[in-house]
Amino acid sequence: MNTRAIVTIYRMEMARFFRTLTQSFVSPVLSTSLYFVVFGAAIGSKIQEVDGVEYGAFIVPGLMMLTIMTQATSNASFGIYFPKFIGTIYEILSAPVSFLDVTIGYVGAAATKSLFIGTVILVTARMFVDFSIQNPFAMLAFLILTCLCFSLLGFIIGIWASNFEQLQLIPLLVITPLVFLGGTFYSISMLPPLWQSITLFNPVLYLISGFRWSFYGHADVPVSISLLAISVFTLVCMLVIRWIFKTGWRIRS
Amino acid sequence: MSILEARDLTKIYSTGFTALNSVNLEIREGEVMALLGPNGAGKTTLISIICGITEATAGTVLVGGHDNVTSAMQARQLIGLVPQEITLEPFEKVIDTMRFSRGLFGMRSNDAHLDRLLDKLSLTDKRESRVHTLSGGMRRRVLIAKALSHEPRILFLDEPTAGVDVELRNAMWQTVSELKDDGVTIILTTHYIVEAEAIADRVAIINKGEIRIVEDKQELMARMGEKQITIELADAISMIPDVLAEYNLELSSCGRELDYRYDARASRTGITTLLNGLREAGLQMTDIQTRQSTLEEIFVKLMQDDQ
Repeated sequence: MNTRAIVTIYRMEMARFFRTLTQSFVSPVLSTSLYFVVFGAAIGSKIQEVDGVEYGAFIVPGLMMLTIMTQATSNASFGIYFPKFIGTIYEILSAPVSFLDVTIGYVGAAATKSLFIGTVILVTARMFVDFSIQNPFAMLAFLILTCLCFSLLGFIIGIWASNFEQLQLIPLLVITPLVFLGGTFYSISMLPPLWQSITLFNPVLYLISGFRWSFYGHADVPVSISLLAISVFTLVCMLVIRWIFKTGWRIRS
Repeated sequence: MSILEARDLTKIYSTGFTALNSVNLEIREGEVMALLGPNGAGKTTLISIICGITEATAGTVLVGGHDNVTSAMQARQLIGLVPQEITLEPFEKVIDTMRFSRGLFGMRSNDAHLDRLLDKLSLTDKRESRVHTLSGGMRRRVLIAKALSHEPRILFLDEPTAGVDVELRNAMWQTVSELKDDGVTIILTTHYIVEAEAIADRVAIINKGEIRIVEDKQELMARMGEKQITIELADAISMIPDVLAEYNLELSSCGRELDYRYDARASRTGITTLLNGLREAGLQMTDIQTRQSTLEEIFVKLMQDDQ
């Protein structure tokens, strides 16, 4: 393993993040605040409580998931797509680095960025609503795993994409709808039975449910299934990336 | 001693286009090899395969004795690549982009080495500048600095002077010469044959994916080049006298000059008898000039023969 190369890629990606820190920081804070104003104050006043938790507090884990999933995906996809776009990918391809080195560097940086943003949202949310975290270690584990597996997914999207439109395609058309329909703003017990059954096919539900459990001890699906889902998703992403580097798909001609 | 060997390299793209067809090439340690060929000849494909950017359809590449597929890490460690296109992270500082290149190759940070490179490439005052603020010529030098940052033994320069001005081109040649003195093996692809003539030790000519010639530059020029004598006459003539017919002379400059081409390596060049013939024909000379075929003329002739 080329540890120096991993650190080099990681540092370069983090430097890019810190160059646009205002944008990286202000954007999630602003959107989270807006969600709290719209869903927490306006709609939340009509709902009162969900599963014994005040609605404003109930949506905190979902909002965090919404943001870190989209941020992890977009950060990782942009991280690897940009060198492809401007042509500097030749350096990575001609350097003595393995697929694992490159993946750890890029995905590690994207996961760190989304972890940072997740923390920012948590702090921002605390300014709007009062909530507690029942299982802080489980919360941290879910947070890190989600950042990691969606960064892996973003990395795959970045390699697959051949233009900026494709880069946005999956986050916009797949991830965001799945997150919204995966219980970000509601518990699936609030849905009619048919929609409850359909929602069980949404993989994001398991992540949000597990994450919410770490906050309030309530989950739509068993926590063990949530952990299994996120682990399987991470493993599948890693296997896909390994295959990409082995075959050179979309990166080597 | 060879530092790089390509054996039976073939590359057929998914479109069915054969970019390389069983290419064999050996590069000696410490030499400057010019890889010449027209557009689409396969120069960049060959470099890309050696550097690990493109996968060969068949054949092997040994870099310092390491197979570039089965021992890719060891092979790549020895190579630095300056690509044809200017591809740089625009918002990075010059020194940071060099540190990145060095780090990618697993090398411990060494700013003293990087500063020496900046100095050698006249970029010291641009050390902390963002790449997007630099001129095209400076960016090309940054690419060279990046390629050298991990102290490679082999440097590929893929058309390094494409689109640069004369001053920078000469500076680039000087840099290549200094790198050679430092023991770096240089493989240079170029459209500018004059560049190869100026700095290469050996020349490989590639066309339609096949290596046509690999030869010492001087030997190639002596073997394939012609020499020409231009004789200036005191008085213009309208036709070549019969006594000089056997020399295949050409009349130029409105009858004031006679051009004679000959094989410089032949035991009898015919120059002495030609001069005697001129005297016999009663022609008076005012000056004599000689010139040799350039590598460019040889290259053009080879390409024409190929068609």
